[in-house]
Parts: sequence; C-alpha cells; structure tokens
Amino acid sequence: MKTAKTFQPSRRLILKAGAAGMLASAMPSFVGAQGAPIRIGFQLHRTGIGASYGRWYERTAQAALKLINEGGGINGRPVEILFEDDATDPKRGSEVVEKLTVQAGCDVVMGTLFSHVVIGSAPRAGELKVPYLVCSEGYHVASGMLNRWTMQPGITDVRSQISAMAPWVGANLGKKVTMIFPDFAFGHDHRDFFTKAMAAQGGEVIAQIAIPPTETSFTRYFPQIPADTEVLYHVMVGPAVLTFVKELGEFYGSGAKPQIFGFIDSLEAVDTATPGLEFLEGTHFWEGHNRVTPADAGEHEAAYRAAVGVDDMGASVSDAKDVSTYSHMFSTWETLFAIKAGMEAAGYTGPADRQKFVEAMEAMADLPYGMERPQGAKRFNGKTHQVFGTQNISQVQGGKLIRVHQTSMEDGAYEDAVDYTAMAF
Amino acid sequence: MTAARIWALHLALIAALFAAQYLLPPYHVTNLARIMVLAVFAMGYNLAFGYTGLLSLGHALFFAAGMYGGGLLSYHLGWTALPALIAGLAAGGMMAGAVGLLALRTTGVSFMIVTLMFAQAGYLTILYFGPTTGGDEGLNLPAAGRSLLGFSLSADGPRYLVALGLFSTALLCCLGIARSRLGRIMVAMRENEERSRMLGYNPFTVKLIALVLSGLFSGLAGAAYGVLFGYVGASFATIQYSILPMLYVLLGGAGTVIGPFLGALLMFYLIDFASGLTSAYLFFVGAALVTLVLFAPKGILGTIRERWLGWLP
Amino acid sequence: MSFGPFLLLALMEGMVTAAVLALSAAGLSLVFGVMRVVNVAHGEFYMLGAVIAWFVTTMIPGSPAVAFVAALVIAPLLVGALAAAADGLILKRLNYDPEATIVATIGLLYMIQQAVLSLYGPNANPVAAPFEWRIQLPWFGYSGYKLFVVAAAATLLLAVWALMTRTKAGLVMRATQIDRTTARAFGINVDRVYMGTFALGAGLAALAAVLIVPIQQAHYLMGGDPLLLSFIVVIIGGLGSLRGTLLAALIIGLSDGVISMFFSPTLAKILATLLVAMVLVFRPQGLFGARA
Repeated sequence: MKTAKTFQPSRRLILKAGAAGMLASAMPSFVGAQGAPIRIGFQLHRTGIGASYGRWYERTAQAALKLINEGGGINGRPVEILFEDDATDPKRGSEVVEKLTVQAGCDVVMGTLFSHVVIGSAPRAGELKVPYLVCSEGYHVASGMLNRWTMQPGITDVRSQISAMAPWVGANLGKKVTMIFPDFAFGHDHRDFFTKAMAAQGGEVIAQIAIPPTETSFTRYFPQIPADTEVLYHVMVGPAVLTFVKELGEFYGSGAKPQIFGFIDSLEAVDTATPGLEFLEGTHFWEGHNRVTPADAGEHEAAYRAAVGVDDMGASVSDAKDVSTYSHMFSTWETLFAIKAGMEAAGYTGPADRQKFVEAMEAMADLPYGMERPQGAKRFNGKTHQVFGTQNISQVQGGKLIRVHQTSMEDGAYEDAVDYTAMAF
Repeated sequence: MTAARIWALHLALIAALFAAQYLLPPYHVTNLARIMVLAVFAMGYNLAFGYTGLLSLGHALFFAAGMYGGGLLSYHLGWTALPALIAGLAAGGMMAGAVGLLALRTTGVSFMIVTLMFAQAGYLTILYFGPTTGGDEGLNLPAAGRSLLGFSLSADGPRYLVALGLFSTALLCCLGIARSRLGRIMVAMRENEERSRMLGYNPFTVKLIALVLSGLFSGLAGAAYGVLFGYVGASFATIQYSILPMLYVLLGGAGTVIGPFLGALLMFYLIDFASGLTSAYLFFVGAALVTLVLFAPKGILGTIRERWLGWLP
Repeated sequence: MSFGPFLLLALMEGMVTAAVLALSAAGLSLVFGVMRVVNVAHGEFYMLGAVIAWFVTTMIPGSPAVAFVAALVIAPLLVGALAAAADGLILKRLNYDPEATIVATIGLLYMIQQAVLSLYGPNANPVAAPFEWRIQLPWFGYSGYKLFVVAAAATLLLAVWALMTRTKAGLVMRATQIDRTTARAFGINVDRVYMGTFALGAGLAALAAVLIVPIQQAHYLMGGDPLLLSFIVVIIGGLGSLRGTLLAALIIGLSDGVISMFFSPTLAKILATLLVAMVLVFRPQGLFGARA
C-alpha cells in the first residue's frame, strides 16, 4: 500500500512535535479525483502460518483483476486492489480492515482464509459499515456468528463440503470410520458435521482422534485407530501435514490398511508425487477445485489456468515445483467477480452505496458456470450470506489426483441457521 | 518544583491525547485507542519488570485472563461492559496472585521459564474448553456486552474516551506507585534484594504485591481490548503477546512511567508503516530492536533520563 | 492395539524426540552455562540448519546419502559462522548483559525468520532421508531412519562430552564458565571463547535440525517448539550440566508421549506443561543441578 487518502482532508491540521509528528510522516496523503478507480482492499496472509496460501491468493486475485479491467472494469471504472499483510493474526487483521477502509479509502474489503482472522476482523468491518467478503470456507458466516456486512460469496463452507462428501464415503469406502483431526475449531467442525452426516447414512464414526495444534509428530497417535476401521478420515492443516502422511505410511507400510479419505487441506501447495507420499496411492481426497485438469473439464478451465499461471498439474507454469493451493484460491477469483456483479446490480458509485451493494448481493441467487466462476455453478443464499456449490472427490492414481466423483449442489445443502437480511445494518 | 514538573508533564500527555481525537484523521484515532489499551498492558508489565526486576515471559496469561474473565461473562451471561471490565481486572489480579505464589519461589531465568509454562498451559486450556471459549477461532462479543452506561463502545467517540479514561487512570496510578514508598521498595528489590531484606522488607511479599498490581493492569487491558474491539480469541494468549509488552517497555524505557506508552506507540507505527513499504517488515522490526539495544540500551526515555532529564519518573 | 505395543511405540517415539532435543538443548546449555546468555534465537539457528539442509540436498544430485552427509557438514558450519558474526557484531558490544541480549536475540529471531520467509518461502519442503528402511514389528511398522537419528544424536552428544572434558578447548570453556575474570587473568582470550561457544551452540542446534528434517520438513516457523522445549530441558536439567540436560531431555521426550496415552492429547499437553512448571517451582536449581 503506497498511497492513501482520507475522507476529510480539511480536518487534517498541522500537528505538533513529538509523537504526533511521527504519525504525520506515516501518513502520506492525496485526495482522489472524480472517477477514480474502485478500490478493493485485500487482507492477505503474507506472513505467519497462512503464508503459503497468501501467495496464491494474491496471484489469483491479480489475474482476476487484470481480466476485469480488460473487460471495462466495474461500472466503467477501473479497479485496483490494495494488498495488506495480516500476519495471520486476528488483532492485526482487524487493524488491516481499518487501514484499508479508513486510511486507504477502499470501497470494500476482501477477507482471507484462516477463521480466527476473519472472526477477529468482522466486528470492525461491521462498525465501519464496510462490506467484508471473505474467502475462508469456515462455517462462521452461515452459522450466524458474524454480522450483516460479512459475506462469503466465493467458496462453500466446511459444513456444506462435509455434508456433500459423507454419502459418497459411506456408499463407496465403508461404514465404520475413524477420524483424525486437529484439536481446534476447524477440526471440530469436521468432527461434528461428519459424525452427524455419517450417522444419517447408516454409518458410524467409531473413533475420533484429536491431535493438539502444537504437535509435530504423529506416530504415537496411530495405535488408537481401531483395528476394525474401514475408512480413515483425515484432515490436518499446517506445515506438519507432510509428516503426518509420511508417518501414517510408515505405520501401515505395505500391510493391510483401511480405505483412506482426506481433505486436500492436508496437501495444499504440496506435490502429491513427493518422495515419501507413495503411500497415498489409491487413497481419496476432497478437492474444492481439481488440481489436475480433469478429462471432462469445463470450457473455461484452460483459460482460467492460463490467466493465473498454473499448468495442468496445478503447479506454477514458471516452476513445476511451486504447487498451488488450487482447491481454495479460486475463491478470490470468484469473489472478485461477485463484487463486480453486486456493484453493477447496485449501481454502486461510492462508499455511500455500500449498503445498496450488500442488499444487491443478498438478492443474488443462481450464479451460472462461466469465466467468472471457473470452479463451477454456485447458488448464493442471501439469508445466510453463504454460497453453495459442487464438490469433487479425487483418487491418487500414479501420483496424480484424478477426479472420480462430483457431487451435486443439493448434496451440500443444509437448513438455514440465520437470516442476516433481518438484521440491522 | 520537580513534583510540579512531573505532574505537568503527565497531565499534558493526557490533555494531548484528549485533543488528538479532534486533530488526527479517524484512522489514527482508532489506532491511538488500541495503543492506549496496549500501553496499559505494557505499564502493568513495567511494574513487574521495569520497577521490580521480574522478567516474566507469561504476561499474556494475565491479559487473556482479563479478556476472557470479562468477555465470557458478557458472551454467556449478557453482562454489560462495566461489570465485565471489573471482572477482567479482578481476573487478571487473581491470576497473577496465583501464579506469583508459585513462580516467585524462583528467580531469574527460572522465573522466566515458569511464567512461560503457566502461560502456555493457560493458552492450551482456552483451546481445551473450546465449546465455551470459542477455542482458537474466538468469539464476537454481543452488542449488550459492549455497552457502557448506555453508550455503545462500538462507536468511535465513546470508545476513544473509554480507552483514554482507562489509560489516564493507569498512568496516574503508575506515577503514584512509582513515587510512593512501595515504588521505592520495589526498585530497591530490583537493585539489591539482599540489602532490602536486611532493611526488613520481605522480598517475596513485595514481589507478590508488584506482580498482582501488574496483573490488575494487564487484566484490565485484556478486558478492555475485548470490550472495545468486540473480539475475544486464543491468539491473545500466545507467547507473542507476552513478548509484546516486554518490547514496548524496553523500547520506551524500563522503569519510566511514560515509556510503555511511547514504546507501544512506536512499535505500532513501526509495524504499520513498514508493512506498507515491504512485505518483509518483520526484518525491519528485528533490525530496529537490535539497533535500539546497541545504541539506546535503556530505551528511549531511559536514555533521555540518563543524559538530560534526571527528574523524569 | 493392546497396551504393550502401544507403550513400546510411545517410548520409541519419545526416544527420537529426546535424542534431537538433547542435542539442541546441549547447544543452548553451553551458551547459557558458559556465557550466561539466554539465546532466544536458538530455535532460529535450528530452523536455519533444516533450511540449509534442504538447499544442500536439492543442489547435490545423485545419492541422497551423499547429499545428506554434505548437509550434516555444511549446515552447522554456516550456522556456526552466522552465530559467530552475531556474537562479534551484537552480543559482545552489549557486554553480554542478560536483559539486553534477550532483546537483541529476539531482534535476531525476527530478522532470521523474515529472511528465510523471503528467500526460501512459506512452504514446508521435505528432505530425502539418506536411506529408506522400514522395520516391520509384529504390531506396527516403524521408520529405520528414526532409529538412526537416535544413534547419531547419541554419538554426537558423546563427542560434545569428550570435547568438554578431554580437550584443551573444553577446559578453557569450563574455566570461563566458572569464573570469567580469573580466566582472563590466566591469559585466556575470553572474547574468543565466547564467540566459539556461541558458534558451537548454534552449530549443535543446526545439527539436530539436519537429523530431524527428513522426518519433519523444513519450514520457516519450525524453530518455536524446539526453543521452548530446549529451554525447559536446560532448566530442568540444571544450568550448565550436560548430564542433567541429557537426562531431562529423556524425561521430557518420554513423558510427553506416555502421558498422552492416558489423557486427551491437549489435556496431556496442559498437564505436562504444568508438571514442568512445578518441578521448577519446587526445585528451582533443576532436577540435577547443585543448589546454588
């Protein structure tokens, strides 16, 4: 963020010495001209535990931005994105929303992946009355814990993902499931929703193994996996996930092992052909967006990959070792196009129209497949501020993730838990 | 004469901060509100570390005790901001008392590690009781919990005034303590524990009092941060938030009354400014720390006091 | 799985943790014992060791064993050199004042972490083990490399012990530890001893990391846990006592695994943490240190 403007330059007075002088130097300012670009703030994990996601979120957003501007921008105005690091920390996240909105004068702010940053930032977005569009896949939006200014139009939430997966797992892999998940909110969402969804399928979760968030080695938890387990369901996040998969491989070796189903979150930005991961051969993964181009990919898939700079294996075109966070990063692309659609429907002209923008977003429903939504068609639920879409199940074949099933949008539906449209702005 | 100068300086700071809300652009006003609350936390840390010489690495525990002590009551039982703040203050003090009773049996590096361990256990406890505490995701406080005597603290004006009120109270308390007999005994304990003991002071009692005072400040700051900004989360209990007040204090000047505020202010804007210029801002924060400790080891105000203003409290 | 094998697995895992921990804690203990410096950047030296191992093994083609051996030599040397530079440029000028060195090493921590993030990136990258060998026990499989780690760490610790007790360098270091002023009076170049100690301490952390990195990928935030655990081990073991450090590493490594068999893992972590705190409260000189 190199430039900034304030809303009320007339209130800026000459400041006295000392600390105030330092504040002034931290605040280069100019006043935006008429017809200035639409500014979108982007809270980004550049540092901290989420940093590997941040890089790809930035690249994908830049690619979408380029396409939007080539197509005439939003309402005929050019668009720019201001990225600011949130250090994957809720306190800093909230400060970044402030900085982007108040100091930089952004029209809307896009939010990031990690749930605690989103939840920590949402109150300030609500107070500033700035639309806060998150790309987090957490259930926090649709559960009703946030506010009317927070929306998730670009990616389905974890509850929907799990509800859509469970029937296929129960029907194809087995009925007796052991779950391994991190012992914090993201893992607990998996534990609760999957256990419930499995019971509805006539299946059963026979063991739940929670791993503390500070753990770096996992072998000693594996003996807790019951011998009659038919399916091992794993979802791990963070830098230790490779260790997890390798140690699981060492534990089972070439002997008998259950079917294994995991969330790709365990291996985002990791090459599935990495030495030590041979053990994953034949196992299944949830994927939001297929990393390896499926044989029957949609007509826009190739153009999307080219725009973002990703090859058919899901790695960077300039470095085959730089594997993308393909299952999540489409959310920034689709969120930007949702902002464009919302602003155009609202006839958005400036920050005074922010409420109109939110109302226009809430009025959206069917969002068809297209260049705007390369992952697939979506349906936005205006009441819960959450988008719904299709999910993919892939199998590792020859070290590559090959899609074997795609769910329907109905598979991931669940009853509304909140009606944000009834809340005050 | 000196007393008058000292009071004038501190009251002028409070007056300047009061005026700042009308003079500064809105962005910096909210930042100042944050900084003032963090400064209260740092002042609490300073009482233990700067004055009494207790190098703790576990103050995040006291901050989090206040944050959750107030926040959970408002989230689950619908308490409003005032009782929540008082509950947070009490929680911070009690936590510090409990930790102090055990940890003060140790000194030096052992004390550092014991406080660190207690804080780590506290952090894990927050995660363990996830259904109640919101775990790592945290909680958004309801509107009722953010209302103080009818004013909504989610509005910028009242929030700034409450932050300023808390900050001023803490600053003047700190000044009072520093200039009191207790303050001098605390410093004596830091400088030479054996000698203070021979003068008839029980080191354990003095240190415990200092730590509880420190916990009260930290707890109040934690509760205030939750109530004023609407979010309560486990990340505030991580070791990072034990290191932050230490950095503020060392930067501003350990054992000075205004130092913690100055340190918090400079650190906040150093990060804010550097992160706008480069994504590698942590490097500059690190470099700033090293430079500071090499060339101004007593912190900014400590150096000023040593060279020019000997009367600075 | 029945209780016996379960316990066996927990103990084997505990041994690996303990071995690596003992090595990195020995480095911290040396620095702490000889120089009285609390090196908060110790974990970052560890992380640097792992990251350098990744660079070395990617650059040397062919047999992973050769690349690994190269990493075992290069990583500690580079990290040691960096530590020596940090000592000469920063710590020495602070006159090893305890509080100032804590701040300085926190600054160093941030700088190293950010430099690695910028140059190496945020991803966790794997390093191939020098050999692939899986042991199949009747109840479960186990990585042969992990057993090698235990043996290698034991050998290295033995070497450190020999260095400290059987060589002139060790004698000089011990003399400096006991009394800096007297050592100087006897013509010992204390500055050089400090620089060497700091480099050696950092090098040991880097060695520990090179050993562990084929098990746990190189990542720029991996230094946090080892720092914390090493501190605990050093304190519990008693200041400057190498034998105490080793025993404490065994206790911490094994107890962590065994306690988590009986309680939910997060609760086990809480209990283990409190246990360590209580040991320190009631035996502040550590389990094996002499009462000061």
